[in-house]
Amino acid sequence: MAFDSFDAFVAMGGHGPYVWACYFVFFALSLVLVLWSRAQRKAALQGVARRSTGRGETDTGKAPADFVRVDSSNH
Amino acid sequence: MNSEGPNRPAGRRDSAGILAAMKAVMLGDLKSSFRQPRDLVNPLLFFVLVVMLFPLGVSPEVAFLQQAGAGILWVAALLSVLLSLDHLFRHDFDDGTLEQLVLQPQPLFLLVLAKSMAHWVLTGLPLVLLTPLLGVMVHLEGNSIAVLCLTLLIGTPVLSLIGAIGAALTLGLRSAGVLLSLMIIPLYIPVLIFGTGTVMAAGEAAPVTGQLALMGAFLVLALTLAPFASAAALRISLSNA
Amino acid sequence: MWQLFHKLGSPKWFYGIASRLMPWLLWTGVALFMAGIIWGLAFAPPDYLQGNSYRIIFIHVPSAFLAQSVYIMMAVAALVTLVWRMKLADVFVKSAAPVGALLTFLALFTGAVWGKPTWGTWWIWDARLTSMLILLFLYFGAIALGSAIADEKSSARAVAVLVLVGVVNIPIIKYSVEWWNTLHQPATFKLTEKPSMPADMWVPLLMAVLGLYLLFGWLACLRMQTEILVREGRTRWVKELVRPGGNA
Repeated sequence: MAFDSFDAFVAMGGHGPYVWACYFVFFALSLVLVLWSRAQRKAALQGVARRSTGRGETDTGKAPADFVRVDSSNH
Repeated sequence: MNSEGPNRPAGRRDSAGILAAMKAVMLGDLKSSFRQPRDLVNPLLFFVLVVMLFPLGVSPEVAFLQQAGAGILWVAALLSVLLSLDHLFRHDFDDGTLEQLVLQPQPLFLLVLAKSMAHWVLTGLPLVLLTPLLGVMVHLEGNSIAVLCLTLLIGTPVLSLIGAIGAALTLGLRSAGVLLSLMIIPLYIPVLIFGTGTVMAAGEAAPVTGQLALMGAFLVLALTLAPFASAAALRISLSNA
Repeated sequence: MWQLFHKLGSPKWFYGIASRLMPWLLWTGVALFMAGIIWGLAFAPPDYLQGNSYRIIFIHVPSAFLAQSVYIMMAVAALVTLVWRMKLADVFVKSAAPVGALLTFLALFTGAVWGKPTWGTWWIWDARLTSMLILLFLYFGAIALGSAIADEKSSARAVAVLVLVGVVNIPIIKYSVEWWNTLHQPATFKLTEKPSMPADMWVPLLMAVLGLYLLFGWLACLRMQTEILVREGRTRWVKELVRPGGNA
């Protein structure tokens, strides 16, 4: 340990506010970016899920064609 | 376009065609600017206005203006060029001439180079001509004014060339002006630093040939590389429009 | 050989690879980074000149290093976008840009705060910080241009051109700013004293840099997966992913 006590560690010889402010901002903003990225991915997955259950499993992503059945048999 | 005989060497005809096309583009731009003098005059007025803001906003004292003058004029010139980039391609884009230009057989980067040079003649060159007057107004010494004009003379073409890249990338976009400034100003910073640094050195009677040579190198670099980027950007923007 | 190249360009292949790589990247990255940080914060000896404020170095240098590396990676990807039209390359550029911008901001912030106990001011126009500030704007420009163009392909190519123009300018900007700095300051303050750093200091620093690289890799994979999902949302393989039983 480079410090004699935990209090000394926090105080950092008077430079504590600067050092801890830096570390705090670093971790806080990084965490925000990570959480936001994860939320974006989740939203993307949900978007895909919604679209595929809403429309049925077509490759083209277009609505399935509506066919009207025409009875052309001669009964 | 050239009705030459069959015995004319093809190489000479091609280069004559390219130069003729470049000349045509440049003259076309110069002529159309006289039809719309607004594009010519506005950047000049802006230049004078911005320079005027500094004595008014900071201090009219001789000592301050002498120290800050070169920087003020350079920044004002830079902003004026930035402002004028909008009409570099826009008029041609709006009336369909730009698409014609892209379809020409001549290499697009040379035609873009011609347009950038025309832009400089219409924007940068008048700024350089106006600089002695403004230099006197900010109490710069004669020697400093001369070096300032020289740095602007070498530097403003670089601004036009690099600015053309940004103008081409933002063609047809909404809020293109702000986006253009954001993209291009970081690229302008080296030219600004050396432009003003050279004048400061001249003010201290230090040799300036080194810095001027470096600015010349910037110019050569911009002349050779920027048109390629601008041409690529034009094709991208036109395919998107 | 071309098969490998073609595979590399496939979003589906990348999505799978990313899913497998990510846990490894995350945990080794966290371990390495936190070990470096904790060693640097609590165990490394104080600097004889700066005392304990120098410990900011353990997040400042990794941030700055990565901020510049990420831009260069983006430039390489931009070249791939323009020359080989590989979609994945553009996916990387779009995903990495905000991360690079944040890292640049963190480098600036930590550098500025470090300046207060060291030089007595919150901001100083020295070569390093000023270059970082310009880099931040290069990132903003790329992000702004990318979001301003609606068409995906045009956006990819326009941003690629801009990033390449930017990377060519970076050495010019650095040189200019350093020259400018020598004009206006009698002595250049160096934020890092790499040559005279004892092993007790540079080993944790190296661990922090490497750890942050791995963490960037993890975050890039994550963000690229999101971008791929958005772009390829209509393909079958993506739809298979979200069905229960698929491994999204």
